[in-house]
Amino acid sequence: MFHIALKMLIGDRSKYIMLIGGLTFAALLMTQQSAVFFGLLMWTTSHLRNMRAEIWVVDPKVEQVNELKPMRDTDVSRVRSVTGVSWAVPLLCTIQQSKLSDGNFKPVMLIGLDGATLVGRPAQVITGNLENLRLPNSVIVDELAIQRLSVGRERPLAVGDTFEINDKEARVVGICKADRHFFGYPYIYTTYDQGLQFSPKLRKMLSLVLAKPAPGWTAAAAARRIEKETGLKAYTEHEFFWSTIWWYFRNTGIPFSFGTTIVLGFVVGIAVCGQTFYSFVLENLKHLGALKAMGASNWLVARMLMLQAWTVGLIGYGIGLGLTVLFGIMVLKKGQPPFMMPYQLPLFTFAVIMLICTLAALMGIRRVYKVEPAMVFRG
Amino acid sequence: MPNGNGNNFAVHVRNVSKTFGAGEARTRALKEVDFDVRRGEMLMIVGPSGCGKTTLLSVIAGTLNFDAGEIDVLGNALHQMPRRKVTEYRKRDVGFIFQQFNLIPTLNLVENVSVPLLIQGERRGAAEKKAKNLLDRLGLEGRAKERPINLSGGQQQRVAIARALVHEPRLVICDEPTSALDKETGAQIMELLRDIARQPDRSVIVVTHDSRVFKFADRMAEMEDGRVTRVHDVATSFTQEGEH
Repeated sequence: MFHIALKMLIGDRSKYIMLIGGLTFAALLMTQQSAVFFGLLMWTTSHLRNMRAEIWVVDPKVEQVNELKPMRDTDVSRVRSVTGVSWAVPLLCTIQQSKLSDGNFKPVMLIGLDGATLVGRPAQVITGNLENLRLPNSVIVDELAIQRLSVGRERPLAVGDTFEINDKEARVVGICKADRHFFGYPYIYTTYDQGLQFSPKLRKMLSLVLAKPAPGWTAAAAARRIEKETGLKAYTEHEFFWSTIWWYFRNTGIPFSFGTTIVLGFVVGIAVCGQTFYSFVLENLKHLGALKAMGASNWLVARMLMLQAWTVGLIGYGIGLGLTVLFGIMVLKKGQPPFMMPYQLPLFTFAVIMLICTLAALMGIRRVYKVEPAMVFRG
Repeated sequence: MPNGNGNNFAVHVRNVSKTFGAGEARTRALKEVDFDVRRGEMLMIVGPSGCGKTTLLSVIAGTLNFDAGEIDVLGNALHQMPRRKVTEYRKRDVGFIFQQFNLIPTLNLVENVSVPLLIQGERRGAAEKKAKNLLDRLGLEGRAKERPINLSGGQQQRVAIARALVHEPRLVICDEPTSALDKETGAQIMELLRDIARQPDRSVIVVTHDSRVFKFADRMAEMEDGRVTRVHDVATSFTQEGEH
C-alpha cells in the first residue's frame, strides 16, 4: 500500500510542491541561521584558536576573551612561581591603528608574543619565516590584513613590504592563516617587546599570561592553584571558551535575534506543512474512507499518511540542507558572514523537520480516525 | 439464528434497528428490519429517499454499527464481532461498488483495481497481475496504465466492478451503481453485475432508485420508513403485472 500512498501524494502536484517548498524553507531558515549563529559565536573565541594555550591567566574581573584588563608585568613571574605551572609567558593583545597607503586608518589586533619562545604563535605560516619575527619592527600578518591593508597599494601587501602601526614602521616578514575575529580586525603578530613599542604607553600593558601545567597536573587543577596563589583569574582553554560564549548569551541580543528567526522557521514549517497536509487529507478523505470501507485498518491508513508526511519531510530537508551547504561554500570562500555547521546541526534540523511532519500527519490521522467507512455511501 | 454456513442464505438480518442523533434530532433510520439474501442472487433494495436503504446496506457491509438486532453475513455474526474483526470481514468477504465510483484519480487503472489485494497484504507484482487480467476480462484491454479521468462513466464503473471483484469476495455491495450512467451503459453494467451474482457462492446486494434496472434483480426488498415492507421475486412480479 505504501507505493499507493506515495502516488497519491505525488499525484497532487500543487500540494506536493507546496509541502516541499514550505519544508525546504523551514529547513533552510533553521539550518542556515543556526550555522551563521554558531559561526558568529566561533568568531568571539578566535583568540583561543589563534594563540593556543592550555591555561589563560587574566585580571580577576575578566569574563571573556575579548575584554581584557591590563595587568602588571610582574604577574608573569607570580604565575611562574605557582606550583603546578610548567612555564608561563606574557602576551600582549591590543587593538591599534594601522595606516594605509591612501592615508586611511584601519584598526588591527596586535598580538605580542614572548620573544624567547614565541608561545601563542600562529598555527600556520603561509609565507615567510616565523623566526624572523625577532628582527626589529617585524610583524606577521594574517590573510585578512593583506586584504585590508593593501587598499591604495599597486599590489597586495607582501613579505618585505612595510606599513605603519601608530606611526611606527612595521615590516612584514610572514603571512599566516588565522581565524577571523568577532570585530573583524586583522591579526598582526609581533614579539611582546616590539608590541610595546608599537603601542601607546600605559601604566599596565600585560594583557594575558599563557601557561602550561606541570607534568602530573591537569590544566584545571593548575588553573585553580594559580587563582588561589595569585588572586588572578585562570581559565583552561575550555573554560575560557564557554565563559566567552555565555557572556555573549547574557550580554548581547544575538542569541535572541537568531533564536527568533530559528523559531520562525519552525512556525512557518508547522503552519505551511500542517495546513497543506491537512488540506491534502481533507481532499482525499473520500478515498481514504473508501480504503477503510474496503478493509484498510486505521493503523494502515495512519502509516500511509505518516509515510507521505515523512517523504515530503525528507525531500524538503534534503533540499534545505543542500541550499545551506551551498550558502556555506560561498560564504566560506568570501570569509563572511560567519558560518559554522557542526554535525549536530543537520541532525537537529532533521529531527525538527520530522517533528513538524509528524505533527502534520497526526492532525490528518486524527481526522481519518474519525471518518466512518459508511461515509462513502453518502455520495 | 442460522450462521450462513451450510444453508442457502448469505445474509440474515433480524430485528435490526439503527438510530441517528439524539433528543429532538433523533431519527430512527432502521426499525426492526428482517430480511435475507440468498446465495447466488442479486437482491435489490428499493424505496423512496430517506427510507433507510443506504443505512441498511452500510450495516450489512459492516461499515456502520447498528443499535439492536442480529446480522449474520456468510457466517460472520456482525453483532458479536469486535471492530477489528469487522474490518477483517470487510477486507476478506465484501466487494464495494460506489455511486461515484471512488477511483483514486492519481492512480492508474491497474493500481486502482489492485488496492483490495494490497490491503490484504498481497505483493504488488502479483496483485497488479491479477488486476490486469480482470480488467482485460471486463473489456478494458490495453488501458491498464491509463488514469480514471480518461475513461467514460461506464468504463469507470467497470473499473470499480473490477476493484470490487479482484479479491473474490462472496458478497458484493452496490450503492446506486447506475445513477451516474446513461440508460444503455447502466443496462450493460447491470448485466455484468447479474452475471457476477449468478456465480456460485456469491451474492450481490444493490441499492437503487433507478426503476429501469429493476428487471435485472432476482428479488427486490422494498423499504419504507425504516422497514422492509415486502420482499418478492422479480420474475413473479413482472408475470403478475403482465397478467393484471
